[in-house]
Amino acid sequence: MADFQIRKNPKTYDVCIVGSGAGGGMAAYVLANAGVKVLMLEAGPMYDPRINITQLKWPWESPRRGASTALRNFGDFDAAYGGWDLDGEPYTRKDGTKFDWFRSRMLGGRTNHWGRISLRFGPKDFKGKSTDGYGDDWPIGYDDVAPYYDKVDQLIGVFGSNENLVDDPDSIFLPPPKPRLHELMIKKGAAAAGIPVIPSRLSMLTKPLPNNPDRGACFFCGQCNRGCQVYGDFSSSSVLVNPALKTGNVDLITNAMAREVLTDNAGAATGISYVDKTDMQEYVVSAKVIVLAASACESSRLLLNSKSAAHPNGLANSSNVVGKYLHDSTGAHTSGILPHLVGRKRYNEDGVGGAHIYSPWWLRGKKMDFPRGYHIEYGGGLGMPGYGFGFGIQNTNGKYPGRDGSTKPAGGYGASLKDDYRYFYGATFGMSGRGEAIAREDNYCEIDPNTVDKFGIPVLRFNYKWSDFEIRQAKHMKETFDEIVDAMGGVVTSGKATAENNYGLSNPGQIIHEVGTTRMGTDPKRSAVNKYNQAHDCKNLFVVDGGPFVSQADKNPTWTILALAMRASEYIIEESKKQNI
Amino acid sequence: MDRRKYLKTLALGTVSTGVILESCAPETKTGETAIAPPSYDRTPEELAYYNKIMSQKFFDEHEMKTITTLVDIIIPKDDTSGSASEAGVPAFIEFIAKDMPRHQTPLRGGLKWLDIQSMKASGVSFVDASQTDQTKLIDSIAFPEKAKPELAQGVAFFNLLRDLTATGFFTSEMGIKDLGYVGNKPNQWDGVPQDVLDQYGLQYDAKTLEISVKFES
Repeated sequence: MADFQIRKNPKTYDVCIVGSGAGGGMAAYVLANAGVKVLMLEAGPMYDPRINITQLKWPWESPRRGASTALRNFGDFDAAYGGWDLDGEPYTRKDGTKFDWFRSRMLGGRTNHWGRISLRFGPKDFKGKSTDGYGDDWPIGYDDVAPYYDKVDQLIGVFGSNENLVDDPDSIFLPPPKPRLHELMIKKGAAAAGIPVIPSRLSMLTKPLPNNPDRGACFFCGQCNRGCQVYGDFSSSSVLVNPALKTGNVDLITNAMAREVLTDNAGAATGISYVDKTDMQEYVVSAKVIVLAASACESSRLLLNSKSAAHPNGLANSSNVVGKYLHDSTGAHTSGILPHLVGRKRYNEDGVGGAHIYSPWWLRGKKMDFPRGYHIEYGGGLGMPGYGFGFGIQNTNGKYPGRDGSTKPAGGYGASLKDDYRYFYGATFGMSGRGEAIAREDNYCEIDPNTVDKFGIPVLRFNYKWSDFEIRQAKHMKETFDEIVDAMGGVVTSGKATAENNYGLSNPGQIIHEVGTTRMGTDPKRSAVNKYNQAHDCKNLFVVDGGPFVSQADKNPTWTILALAMRASEYIIEESKKQNI
Repeated sequence: MDRRKYLKTLALGTVSTGVILESCAPETKTGETAIAPPSYDRTPEELAYYNKIMSQKFFDEHEMKTITTLVDIIIPKDDTSGSASEAGVPAFIEFIAKDMPRHQTPLRGGLKWLDIQSMKASGVSFVDASQTDQTKLIDSIAFPEKAKPELAQGVAFFNLLRDLTATGFFTSEMGIKDLGYVGNKPNQWDGVPQDVLDQYGLQYDAKTLEISVKFES
C-alpha cells in the first residue's frame, strides 16, 4: 500500500463504546441521556427493522421458502446478518474440542433476532460457590442488581407473571398472553409429571409501554426473530441506540472493526484503532473512557490483542483470566407428535414470537448428580409453513391412523399423501432444556498464534469441553421430556438419547449464551473487572457485555447484561463527576 | 396511536416498502411458476448471491420434464387445490438444487436411476412410459417399509423428492391456502377459541384468565 496511513479523528469523546448490542446499546442510552458525548463503533452495517423488513413476508416471497443460507443461518427471513462462519473472519479450535461462535455484525448485534427470553437471575444465581461449592460467587448479589432489573423492566418492557418464586424473582411485568392449545396440553402433562409451567417472560409489549410513543404494542404475528416494524419487542437497535442517537450526543460509525484498545505510557486507555470495512483504511479515535461491548469473546479478543509495555499480557489481563471461564448454556431437545391434535381446526395461533409458557427450574436444593439447573422452553402449534414443512412424512404417516381411521403404509404419493400433510399439520411439539454449565478455567478462548483475519487481526482459538455435570444434566433433561410426553399422550419422533451422543447435549456455543471471559471479582489476581464492570488494571476501561459474568445461571443472559450495563454506565457518570476516571 | 389506525399504518408501510424494493430488483416474470426476486431485506452479499444463482441453470429440459411429472404424481390436483406443478414446485426445486448444492447429485443421480429402471422395465425413459408403467415403478420406491432392499437408492431419491415437493407446495400461496394457515397478519391473540377448548375438554384456569392480556372488543 503506497499511501498507507492512519487517519486520526480530531475529536476526543467522553466515551467510546465498541459494539451496539444489549450492553453497548444500554451504555449509549444511559450516557447520552446524561449529556455525555459518546462515539459508538459497530462492526456491521446500519439496521432498522422499519427499513430492513422481513416481517410479515410470506414463504413464497423467498425463492428458498425461508430456508437458511450461509449468510442467514437462522432462515431467509431472520433478522441476523452473519452467523456461525463469517467470510474472511475465521476462528479456530484447539485439540479437537468444539465451540461454535455466532457473530451478528449489524446495528443491535444479536439482539435483533434473539428469543427475547428475559429472565432475572435470583439471589442464589449470584452465589453459586456458597450454594454448592462449584465455580465462584459474584462480588455482587441480587439486591445490588434488583433496582436495575426494575429500571430495565420499565424502560424496555417484559411480560410475565409474579409467582413468588425466590430464584425466579417477581418483576414489573406486562400481562402475558394466554397459552396456545398445545401449551395447555403441555401444561397439563407437565403438572401430572410434577413439573411447574408458568407464563413465559419475554420482552415483547403485550400492552403499549407507558410514556413511550416511539414503540407500538405487539400485534401477535409470532415473528420477533425477523425484527419488528413497530418496535413491539426489544432490540438494542430500535429500543436503545435509536433513542440514544436522537439525543444528539452520540456519533455512530458503522462497519468499524475494532483492532486494538490504545493506551498511554501510564497504561490508561486513550482510544480505539479500527479498520473501516468500507474503505479498508485505518482510523484512530480518542476518548476519555472506553466501554467494550463487542460480545464476551470479541471483547476478550480485543483486550488480548491490545498489548503494550504497560500491559504486556494484553489489556486488563495481569490476572491472566481474560478469555478463561468461558461458558455457554447447555441445550438438549426433544420433538414429537400429539396424536390427539391431528385434523385440528384452523385459527390464527401465531401469538407472540415465542412460547407463551415455560418451566423454571423446579429442583433447586434437591440432591442430584449434577449441581445446576435448567429451564424448559416449549414449541409447537399452527405455525406458518416454511422450508422443511412436511419433511420426513414417511416417519409419521405410517404410524398413526389417517383421517379415515385406517393406518396406511409409510410414505406414499398422490391425493392420499396430500391429505396427510393437512391432517398432521399443527400436531407437532418441541421441548428444549437450557441449563447452567459450571464456569471452568480450562474452558477458554485465546489468541491463535498462527492465524489472522482478513483485516490482519489475530483471531480467537477456542478450547471447550463439557464436563460430566453438563452431560448428566442433559440426560436429566431428556428423561424429564419423556415424562412430560408420556403424561400428555405424545410420541417422541426425535430419536433416542444415549451416552454415545451425550444425551443430545448441544455443542458448546450453539445456544449463543457464551459469557464469563472477563469475569468480575474483588480480587484483581482472579478477575478482570471489578463489581462495576471496570477493569482492575485500567480505571477508564469498562466491559459491559456477557464477559463479566461469573456464572450464567439457567437464565438467558440478556436481561442481566442490560441491568449491569445500566449500572456500570451510571457508575461511569458518577466517577467522571468526581474526576476519578 | 389508536390501535386500529396503527395496524392500518403498518399494513400500508409494509406494502409501500415492498413496492420500493421490488422496483429496484431485476425484472423477472412474476406469478406462481417463476421465481420472483426478493422483496424483503437483503444485504449486498445476499443480492449478489441471488443474482449469481439466477444466472445459472442446473437441470436440463428432460430432467425438468421428469421432475414436473414426478411432483404431480406426488401432489396432484384435487378438490381443494391444484397440483404441485401448478404451484410452481419444479421452479422451486431447480432453485433449491442451485442454492443447496448438496442436493444436486442425489437429485440428478436419482432422476437418472429412475430412467434406467424405466428403460429396463419398459424400454423408454420415465416420462415416456405409460401411466401404468410409471405407477408400477413409483409404487416400488414410494413406500420405504415395503420396498425391496435392492431398490433402496430409489427409495432415498423418492423420499428427497417427496420432501422437496411437499415443502415447495405447502409454502406456495396455493399450498398455504389449502393448508388453512390463517396467520401472518396483525391480530389480537386472546386465547384458543372456545369451541376448540370444548372439543378437547380444556379450559383456562381462573388465574390465567385474571393475569392474561385483555383486549377491548
